[in-house]
Amino acid sequence: MSRTETAPRPGLSVGGVVEVLRNYAIVVSFVVLLVILSATADHFLTWINFLNTLESGSIYGIVAIAFTILLIVAEFDLCSGAIYVLTGIVAAKLQPELGNAPALALGVVAGLLIGIFNGLAVTYLRVNSFIATLASSLMVVGLGTEITNGFQLYIAEPSFGVLGNGKFLGIDYFIWIFVAFALICGFILSRTKLGRWLFAAGGNPEAARLSGINVRALRIGAFAFSGFAAGVAGAVLISRTGTAIAGDGLADVLFPAIAAVVVGGTSIQGGRGAIWRTVLGIFFLEFIRNGFNLLEVNPYYQAIIQGAIILTAVAADALSRRST
Amino acid sequence: MTDVIAGGDPDRAAAGSSIGIELRGIVKRYGGAQALDDVSVAVAAGEIHALVGENGAGKSTLGKIVAGAVLADGGEVRVNGRPVTFRGPRDAIREGIALIHQELALVPALSVIDNVFLGVEQGKNGIIDRAAQLERFNELAARIGFAQPPSAPVETLRVAEQQKVEILRALVRNARLIVMDEPTATLTRIEADRLLQITRDLRKDGVTVIYVSHVLADVLALCDTVTVLKDGRHVKTVAAKGETIDSLVTAMLGRAMDLVFPARQPPPPDAPVVLSVRGLTRLPAFSDISFDIRTGEIVGLAGLVGSGRTEIARAVFGADSAAGTVEIEGTPVQGRDPRTGIRRGLAMLPESRKDQGLVMMRPVRENVSLAHLKEISWHGIVNGAQERARVTEVLDSVDARVPSVAMPVSGLSGGNQQKTAIAKWLVKTPKVLLADEPTRGIDVGAKRAIYELIHRLAAQGLGVLLISSEIEEVLGLAHRVLVLRNGRIVAELPGERANEKIVMRAAFGETGDGKAA
Repeated sequence: MSRTETAPRPGLSVGGVVEVLRNYAIVVSFVVLLVILSATADHFLTWINFLNTLESGSIYGIVAIAFTILLIVAEFDLCSGAIYVLTGIVAAKLQPELGNAPALALGVVAGLLIGIFNGLAVTYLRVNSFIATLASSLMVVGLGTEITNGFQLYIAEPSFGVLGNGKFLGIDYFIWIFVAFALICGFILSRTKLGRWLFAAGGNPEAARLSGINVRALRIGAFAFSGFAAGVAGAVLISRTGTAIAGDGLADVLFPAIAAVVVGGTSIQGGRGAIWRTVLGIFFLEFIRNGFNLLEVNPYYQAIIQGAIILTAVAADALSRRST
Repeated sequence: MTDVIAGGDPDRAAAGSSIGIELRGIVKRYGGAQALDDVSVAVAAGEIHALVGENGAGKSTLGKIVAGAVLADGGEVRVNGRPVTFRGPRDAIREGIALIHQELALVPALSVIDNVFLGVEQGKNGIIDRAAQLERFNELAARIGFAQPPSAPVETLRVAEQQKVEILRALVRNARLIVMDEPTATLTRIEADRLLQITRDLRKDGVTVIYVSHVLADVLALCDTVTVLKDGRHVKTVAAKGETIDSLVTAMLGRAMDLVFPARQPPPPDAPVVLSVRGLTRLPAFSDISFDIRTGEIVGLAGLVGSGRTEIARAVFGADSAAGTVEIEGTPVQGRDPRTGIRRGLAMLPESRKDQGLVMMRPVRENVSLAHLKEISWHGIVNGAQERARVTEVLDSVDARVPSVAMPVSGLSGGNQQKTAIAKWLVKTPKVLLADEPTRGIDVGAKRAIYELIHRLAAQGLGVLLISSEIEEVLGLAHRVLVLRNGRIVAELPGERANEKIVMRAAFGETGDGKAA
């Protein structure tokens, strides 16, 4: 009986091939894209361009990291876009009275509280997470509109912009925040007890419960973290732009975040996924946009191709499930 | 071919065109398990024909094949002498054959009448002719004594009434042969008696009925002919008149055991009680369950499906709430949840490893360590090397053949999955193992290995509660057997004194030799 971590499986079935494709599709696609763009676009492989990519991917990337954990526990959050916007509104509203840091912090706390609310609605009221967060998203958007009266809030104070514009070692603070989110969450998922519990709770909630795991608490925690992450992303944005206006944040953060997670190969059925996948997914989608811009491809085609890629990713997941 | 004793009542045959059905050499496999092996049965037109056998004998499968709900792998079905091929229930309906399921197949939110006519709505151009439907409905409802309003949503009806809706559904489709699969399983005695009367009325109208049931008293009271199955094989087809519950049970148990069980080593007489259950009650599943298990003792829980076996194990473990007390080594288990149970030394191998035991898409390693991550982690961080070593060790101890602990559990064979599910509870040795159907769906070789494993664990001082639908298994392994019927312990038999007949009699409700109910 040989038993090693890396021993290859004897004989791959059709299901096995699909499984491998699903597992490493993002790696292969990423490398292929990297090679093509490096060869065809002159300014692609430069430090500046790399930083640009990170800059445009980091804010929704923070949301995507938390979304990955939520998908792993087999839940979904349509509300994080709205939380992202509301955090900015709360921070902008409070800044004149409380100052920069407390205003931003309270914005994030608002996001955290909404996340906990979502978690409670899903676990205790047993509302499907898709519907629960759709509903709470409407409520959050409405709340934002109420606070702003439908107007745009504007913070002129330059020191308010430190979080969104400041740099450390020549790299934006928020990129560091994204990197920290990715590293910490990646570590938790792959190396800790908590990570194991999350995978088990998403993969088979009943088996997890019978193994002594508090599945409900994990779900609530995942929603809370999603709200918190959306809050952090929202705080970065308001600090960066100084302006806040009510909205649902779907196109700005939620859709790109979901796209990055599923393209990376995290299963929408729960129990499977990884942070490194989401990070690759973010880079993959950003490279496509970035590369197409460098190659001057019509933006409409970009959207079509992105949509097709997402569909392919989810279909691959469904196929690998059917065959196992 | 077997002899057929026809219903043979002249005025029965006159009441419309009856259907006789003949099954020849029917074969059905589920994965590795042979559900039906060369079964030939003839059902005469207009009779009530019972299919009986132990759990897993193949009686339900055979009934479903007749109704096209399950497709046979081999053999021939003849309707009134004409060979037919069913690719699904629709084909069977076309021949006038309908199935009434154990689990009812109605649309809960739709009204009674809509359910009855679902798929065979009367009318033209897609517009339903409500008046015509209602007329037909009333006529049929009167025939079987169904008194509920046709507009009532099915979900508001009692199960017995829902069952009548199923019968109406079959009649509306002009069914001349109805397969009833455990129709009284969820009914009260009075409701069941009423159903038997309806079934007799159907026979009077010339409808042939195949009646799948484990309630032998009903079978003898109702049926003309009885076919006994055992392990997917045909044992006998005889007139019900000449049979008794005793004779049927003997036929159902039939031949000697296929499997050799390891020699029993009874625990020393002074072995301390490790698990003590008192007055455990969770209605309607079971009530007032009390028993002790000593260290090194294997206690078997026998009974029919639905007698409360699984529910009791789950409640002891803390998976479901229940009234009563559970004590481990004399100290009550406070708080009824799996985590507390595990901490106190309980381990449960659940009924379905796929749905409850394992996280199929996750690696073997993670599954084995899942319930005991504390033992191999430091401040919440899992020590990978320590985990691998411990997991490998326990997998070896249960003789699981796992090519790589990094591969998903779903890639293992059934037997190795089950061993993995057991290994999971050995990372930290428990005090009591609750093993629910430990050998379900695995091959004979793996079964034997699991029997030996259970014996070894008991020899190491664990108390074992063993649940199995295969009575042979309980008898072959347990030092003591508790027999359940309708959620109560009706007999307690020492392992050496218990035999299949006594256990089955107690389980079926015939007064046995034990402490009878």
